[in-house]
Amino acid sequence: MSHILELSGVSKGFGRAHERNTVLRDVNLTVEEGDFVSVIGYSGTGKSTLINLIAGLLRPDAGSVSMDGQPITGPGPERGIVFQNYSLLPWLTVAGNVRLAVDQLFPGLSESERAAHAAKFIDMVKLTPAAGKYPKELSGGMRQRVSVARTLAANPRILLLDEPLSALDALTRATLQDEIAEIWRNSRTTVIWITNDPDEALLVADRVIPLLPGREGATLGEEIPVEMPRPRDRRVLVQTSGFKDLKLRIVNTLLAAKKDSAPTVTRKLAAPDILPEDLSHPRESHLFNRPGPRRRSQLAREEMKVEAG
Amino acid sequence: MKLFHQLKLDAILLPAIALLICVGGWAMIAGRSKTTTFVDDWGDKATKTERFGLAKNLPSPSETWVASKPYIVEPFAKRGELDQGILRFAWLSLKLVAQGYAIALLIGTPVGFFLGLSKNFTRAFDPIIQILRPVSPLAWLPLGMVLFSGLKVMDASGRSVFGTSDAAALFTIAICAMWPTVLNTAVGVRAVPQDYLNVAKVLKLSKMKTLFKILIPSALPYMFTGFRLSLGIAWLVIVAVEMLIGKPGVGGFLWQQYNANSYAHIILSILTIGLIGFILDRAMSLIEGRFRTA
Repeated sequence: MSHILELSGVSKGFGRAHERNTVLRDVNLTVEEGDFVSVIGYSGTGKSTLINLIAGLLRPDAGSVSMDGQPITGPGPERGIVFQNYSLLPWLTVAGNVRLAVDQLFPGLSESERAAHAAKFIDMVKLTPAAGKYPKELSGGMRQRVSVARTLAANPRILLLDEPLSALDALTRATLQDEIAEIWRNSRTTVIWITNDPDEALLVADRVIPLLPGREGATLGEEIPVEMPRPRDRRVLVQTSGFKDLKLRIVNTLLAAKKDSAPTVTRKLAAPDILPEDLSHPRESHLFNRPGPRRRSQLAREEMKVEAG
Repeated sequence: MKLFHQLKLDAILLPAIALLICVGGWAMIAGRSKTTTFVDDWGDKATKTERFGLAKNLPSPSETWVASKPYIVEPFAKRGELDQGILRFAWLSLKLVAQGYAIALLIGTPVGFFLGLSKNFTRAFDPIIQILRPVSPLAWLPLGMVLFSGLKVMDASGRSVFGTSDAAALFTIAICAMWPTVLNTAVGVRAVPQDYLNVAKVLKLSKMKTLFKILIPSALPYMFTGFRLSLGIAWLVIVAVEMLIGKPGVGGFLWQQYNANSYAHIILSILTIGLIGFILDRAMSLIEGRFRTA
């Protein structure tokens, strides 16, 4: 039996020739049907690159990304993606945005069946009263719900979430985490959730996989299984020692990797050119023969090395 | 003072004051007629009318009004080919503008899309566009005359309905008014967020569906800005074109009245052109506002 999703030896870089910057290096990941996987990492380590590779929006430089044993050659509706910035079309209403997906993917259904299908998913994210509104009239949390509804309405086999909640405030984020976890419990779609928040990862996922930054590009670390019963109640969970241990393990793994990969960038800082004057010294003429400022460039050149990060 | 603000009197009063100042200035520099009666060398009584003032041939506001009245109170009268009510002239001009403008949009929008979608297309055509864009309508018109020389479309009774000069006029309006539409459409298409295109890719929308469901709606606000600027230019060009080819219309009327030494009507024409241009721009920006999505 082949895995629903398999990445083996995947590398991806950007830029040309000598300026080439490897973002991901030797990434291996297998996901089974019905898995809820969370990939956690610092911002800027290549999390979005990873999800774009799985979505098919990017092609790997080396290695293979395959679904059901077949290599992924491009994006498709069977891998639904929820973008960090919602990506709703502002000229369409909530229903219109969902209908765009439904009309495209279910051309065989009748008009009323498609409307009912869209309505079902709008209801699932509790937005039925706002179905006729435009994205600009909605809050950030509501917009992300529309995005989730649009993606789910396509009946994807894998749901990819690219930091879906990181633009939201903490309270809205908590509500949406619970809601998406609830939807997953009912539908059991395979989910890959990318995040930078250890609490979020532990609350929603079965497996947490750290994305470790490195000098030669980031790679996936050892997975951390989360064996906590569902539904997970955050108020109870955050106080258990198991949760705290796991969180500590994630944070330590990430911090250790960060230390290893600490970028050795030395930046040249231009120090102010004018040297301070000692005003306690009385100077000679002030009116016509005012001495100009003493400049550092007239002295020996100085360079300062600053460790970034 | 409160009442003043409540009734938005300042919105009416201030422009009124400015108008008064301008009309006052006009009246001050305008010439005045003075008729004197005198006894000439032959011992006959004669009258002589002389004009005084800074710009002695410039008609004063009241003279302008008196001379323009027949054109304004009967705006749709047709007394002859070149003697018609002012709105009838304006209507003739607007019809020509509408045709030229329609051609400009029909050509300019697709060209703008190609420029926005293809980097190579932009690299190839941008220099040509940048060189052709600043060319004056007065320069295009003769070329249009050459291009369409010999063209003559006649109706059943043998009267010419569409000739070289009509084609040249449309050509000039279209080519001058096209550029803002081309450039703004290109900018709008380039500004379509990658996210929207990703949505299209994930849903596997066809090229046509991506065009009509993603690209056009997303670029529409930019396109309408271009359309509005284009309409402004089309209206600007019509006057020059009508002057050169002598077609009946506001611009043609203006030029003919200048040749007839009937200066008051020049002012009438200028005010009409300005007013209609203003109304067109307001109307377009109302439509533009409706399409502003984000």
